[in-house]
Amino acid sequence: MAATTEAKTRSLKTWQGINQALTEEMERDPSVVLVGEDVGCPGGPYGVTRGLLDRYGSKRVRDTPISEQVLVGLGVGAGAVGLRPVVEIMFFDFAMIAMDQIVNQAAKFRYFSGQSMPLTIRTMCGAGGPNGAQHSQNFEAWFCAVPGLKVIMPSNARDAKGLLKAAIRDDDPVLFIETLGLLPTRREVPVDEDFVLPIGVAETRREGTDVTVVAVGRLVDRALEAAEALAAEGVSVEVIDPRTLSPLDTETIVESVRRTGRLVVAQEATAPCSIGAELVALAAERCLPQLKAAPIRVASPFINVPTPVPLAEARAPKATDVAAAVRTVMEPA
Amino acid sequence: MRLSRRFEETVHDQFHEGQVPGPLHLSIGQEAVAIGACEGLRVSDAILSTHRGHHHCLAKGASPGRLMAELLGRTAGYSRGRGGSMHVAIPSIGLLGTNGIVGAGLPIATGAAYAMQVQERDDVCVCFFGEGATGTGAFGEAINIAALWQLPLVFVCENNQYVELTPQELHVAGEIWRRGESFGMPGERVDGNDVGAVADAVATAVARARDGEGPTMIEALTYRWFGHYAGDQAAYREDEEVQRWRTLDPLVRSRAALSDADAGALDASVEDEIAAALAFALESPITGPDALAVDHLATV
Ligand SMILES: Cc1ncc(C[n+]2csc(CCOP(=O)(O)OP(=O)(O)O)c2C)c(N)n1
Repeated sequence: MAATTEAKTRSLKTWQGINQALTEEMERDPSVVLVGEDVGCPGGPYGVTRGLLDRYGSKRVRDTPISEQVLVGLGVGAGAVGLRPVVEIMFFDFAMIAMDQIVNQAAKFRYFSGQSMPLTIRTMCGAGGPNGAQHSQNFEAWFCAVPGLKVIMPSNARDAKGLLKAAIRDDDPVLFIETLGLLPTRREVPVDEDFVLPIGVAETRREGTDVTVVAVGRLVDRALEAAEALAAEGVSVEVIDPRTLSPLDTETIVESVRRTGRLVVAQEATAPCSIGAELVALAAERCLPQLKAAPIRVASPFINVPTPVPLAEARAPKATDVAAAVRTVMEPA
Repeated sequence: MRLSRRFEETVHDQFHEGQVPGPLHLSIGQEAVAIGACEGLRVSDAILSTHRGHHHCLAKGASPGRLMAELLGRTAGYSRGRGGSMHVAIPSIGLLGTNGIVGAGLPIATGAAYAMQVQERDDVCVCFFGEGATGTGAFGEAINIAALWQLPLVFVCENNQYVELTPQELHVAGEIWRRGESFGMPGERVDGNDVGAVADAVATAVARARDGEGPTMIEALTYRWFGHYAGDQAAYREDEEVQRWRTLDPLVRSRAALSDADAGALDASVEDEIAAALAFALESPITGPDALAVDHLATV
């Protein structure tokens, strides 16, 4: 992608970035279809898909019954015979019902047949509404354990647009995880219709020399906020957003950790067997000689998500938690 | 049918010789269902198969040599010999997969049929499944959406009376061919050992589907002669029952329509084809660890 394509930008909310990506890709390629619960008439439970049914009709934008296995199966079958389907699983929690189709079917198709499975599965994770323990969970790491599947988790409008377009154009099955709490947040987004970001490439959101903070999803903005506060204390924080969780851009992360010698990972998911756990393992395997302090995972506590919003927000890690972890790894050994 | 029968007998022998590095679920006795159902299908039509799917693969046009190579763990196999019997997918001939997961083909079939609808093709999808699969949630989801969207889809339940090691009575409530009734889906039960009866029933359903009139539920009654998997002695059923079904051999029944000369010529050509397939498979190198990592992602 040429630098010029990024010249002109507009401020968009994350949901608008997703909506534009879908609209532009459906416009560009008639084989792109969108299926899911409430994606058509109502335009999605949070309005993310509004306008698409009117524009592209009910053949290509289709409301489905509450049939999560069939929903992903629609994508696998359609992807196998020539469409480029986008299927929406309303909440990440519901992906549990579609596990077989995602893990055993979509992710195995190329292995068995040698042929493409150009399927994008969109879903939404995270606390952020009064949705409770069955509508707020972060399972991203589970899917990173599956060969044959790509996992993308954007943290802002720009990446959401550029990476969703990339996912739709990609010939592999991609799980594209949106975050409820980020839908209304804004970032400048290139106007160019061919603005497509590369899958598998992290973005260094802020350069720094003392500590590497690798933040995922909703924690990226919070890590940037912490970095700003810490700069005033004379601590220089580098903030990396992996953006794609599988395949992970390990080189960018390893290079940074070797340079700073300190790692903090920040995520909305709980810590056990998470992306954070994977990143700490990566640092242990590849950065040990350079590490000046034990890495820290900033994560949600290992408890269920409560329904009342203030309680759910109290459970999620905050910028102050990230800052506290950075101060800890900065303490002299 | 004869090709499928001889293919499986041959691969069964290879299994006993230790040449098959994976499980085998034989369809011997059930050939008429696959061959009858696929008789009128085009290359551009799709099918979904199951863990017991050699006959479906061959009926849809898989190369016996490459299929044999796959089962024998050879590099010339459709998945380079890494997948085996339950993991064969050949999209170029419309075979969207045998499957290790009971019932998993049903949702995928709805997707293929939906794509045909979107693309305004008059192709159809035929989904094979066992009576055991009617107990899955995927079955309930698939028949609802197929009827709701009037998908060009033909459900073919291959009822061979046993679900793994237990009789169907322990699995199936009601009558499978009527499961679509309250969805407005026509249903029919056919003698699954009569290739002509299967072909007729499926042809009618396929014609409806091509005309945009939606799905049909067909239940083909048949019987699996051997155990659930190669090596299963099937001690859970009576010899008398097995013998009775063997007298209903679909091959013997269809042979009655052929002259002795034609039948002899057919047998000879099948023997040649099987011998060639086996030779092809055995000539192909046994798959080694170097092939394991390929074909996971198109781009990394
Ligand atoms: C989801 C799932 N559960 C259980 C199994 C184990 N299993 C393999 S074949 C089989 C029986 C399937 O019976 P049916 O669908 O009637 O097919 P048949 O074996 O009779 O051809 C079972 C239970 C499986 N492969 N997948």
